Amino acid sequence: MSSPLLTVRDLHSYLATGQGVVRAVDGVSFTVRQAEVLGIVGESGSGKTATCRTIMGLMPASIVHTGGEVIYHPHGDVNLLKLSDREFQGLRGADLAMIFQDPMTALNPVLSIGDQLIEAINAHSKLTAAESRARAVELLERVGIPAASRRMRDYPFQFSGGMLQRALIAIALASSPRLLLADEPTTSLDVIIQDQILSLLLELQQDTGMSLILVSHDLAVISEMCDRIIVMYAGQVVEEGAAADIITAPRHPYTHALLDALPHSAARGRLRSIGGSPPSLVDVSPGCRFAPRCRFVTDECLTWQTELVEAGERGHAARCWRHQELAERQEPWQHSELA
Amino acid sequence: MSASWAASPSELLMQLATRAAVRKRSAVRRRLTLISGLAMLGLVIAAVLLAPVLTGQSATAIDVLHPLAPPGTGGHLLGTDQYGRDLLARILYGGRIDLAIAFGATSVTLVGGTVIGLLAGYVGGRLDSVLMRIVDLFFAFPFLVLIIAIIAMLGPSLFNMFLAIWITSWVSYARIMRAQTVTAKKQQYVLAAKALGYSGFRVMFRHILPNTAAAVIIFSMVDAVGNIILAASLGFLGLGVQPPTPEWGSMISDGQNYLLTSWWLATLPGLAVVVVGVAFSLIGDGLADILRPGDR
Repeated sequence: MSSPLLTVRDLHSYLATGQGVVRAVDGVSFTVRQAEVLGIVGESGSGKTATCRTIMGLMPASIVHTGGEVIYHPHGDVNLLKLSDREFQGLRGADLAMIFQDPMTALNPVLSIGDQLIEAINAHSKLTAAESRARAVELLERVGIPAASRRMRDYPFQFSGGMLQRALIAIALASSPRLLLADEPTTSLDVIIQDQILSLLLELQQDTGMSLILVSHDLAVISEMCDRIIVMYAGQVVEEGAAADIITAPRHPYTHALLDALPHSAARGRLRSIGGSPPSLVDVSPGCRFAPRCRFVTDECLTWQTELVEAGERGHAARCWRHQELAERQEPWQHSELA
Repeated sequence: MSASWAASPSELLMQLATRAAVRKRSAVRRRLTLISGLAMLGLVIAAVLLAPVLTGQSATAIDVLHPLAPPGTGGHLLGTDQYGRDLLARILYGGRIDLAIAFGATSVTLVGGTVIGLLAGYVGGRLDSVLMRIVDLFFAFPFLVLIIAIIAMLGPSLFNMFLAIWITSWVSYARIMRAQTVTAKKQQYVLAAKALGYSGFRVMFRHILPNTAAAVIIFSMVDAVGNIILAASLGFLGLGVQPPTPEWGSMISDGQNYLLTSWWLATLPGLAVVVVGVAFSLIGDGLADILRPGDR
């Protein structure tokens, strides 16, 4: 097993809002290894994006209280949360890069694609104008933009959504980062383009040997691409493990419900949804946060001091004290289509 | 014949041709706004710089034999004022001062106010509060009264007038720019720029400024004309340009008394203000189009 690249320990990110303190990220821990693809999956508002932004230091400092540790290993175990703005600036873009949900708005509308790409290249390296231009064209070609040298002059509004996301990937890769955070990179794209972009990301990840954190609410996408999966609910990790283990033997009722909610081409009939909605992250009640929506809820669930419990091999863990019992009682989960 | 369901091939061709022509024309017209504005302003600048070539007359010499001469009489192309001073010469030489006010006063407040607004909006927090309270303070006073007070303190002169405008007018730019910056700061491209490790300076000036500058630039064109008018008001109060130095605003206010008998006294310098005003507006519109490539 390769060595760890990024270790997140007990990460907290609390936002002070008008309604009270929102616990967007509430004690998240995980490790990203070198050249690993880690998937983070969960509903909207489960803290996936907040986790990524906290790692990148992009949460609005004025309203956010952050705690825990984000240890970046390559340069002698630095805690990203303790870095000064200036120190962090040197890492952002160079070592850690991020691509965003909506490619339509993630590029500066008044600068040409080429200018923005060259700016990203020059931000962390010293190349001559001709060299950085050549590198820009090369990057655009690498992400599959046809007639790359001609399209350098184009403005973002002249690109389609899929092309923009490709250009954004090129910009993110400009300084060959060791870790790329992709925050729902395909959510605003149609299915065909979605597939192309994800294949491209995976291909680039394999070519460059970088690590990739892929955030999505789509378990099908995650399961296809990732080595390991983290399932988040209400700002916490509820289950983590190797992708195959999570898909074939989910231990947390929430993961199970997510898998159940996937449309199966073989099975007809109504999709099974998860009843209820995620809890408010302002007044967090003690006990299991999924309890109000859980089919197997007992009184103990409401008071249980939740923690991740070992639930299998390869680091499989679940935040459910009954996972063993439930696993024995249930038939093996039927998710053969994904496995 | 109803064209909605049946159009002959020739009609279709015509439609296509007109559509293409319209598209081409609108592309040209957008540039045309800026070009015509620049051309107008260029002509005015050339005229005031070439004043000695365009007219042999002095702006302050008094022709005692021909006061209030109508245009074209008594050897004065645009006539004379109540003292018999040549109007063409006064408009041309006066234009030097008015354009200096338009550029000098406006450019400093534009740059200063924009940078302050950008900083306040981007950095936020305490800096934002302090700067915006200062802006509020300026807005709490009637603008003209504030300027008059400053000039009264410093003593009336052209430079002190500039100083008074610089001290007071940046606040509008700062407030516009701050509002624009606060909105732009939440855009994903700003977040993306930060994620690439760009410095705050770079994010502000290369990414936010070009997306938000249109508003202040358009405002500055209106403000430039406003500053000419302001200079006129101050001249009228004896706090701006001192007579007999020609200046459009004071020429207009002097000419008002003769409007019914000698219309040219106020009307001709008025036209000069209008021409410069239109030129600035056209430039402002044209720049706004160019600064926002996505709106094409």
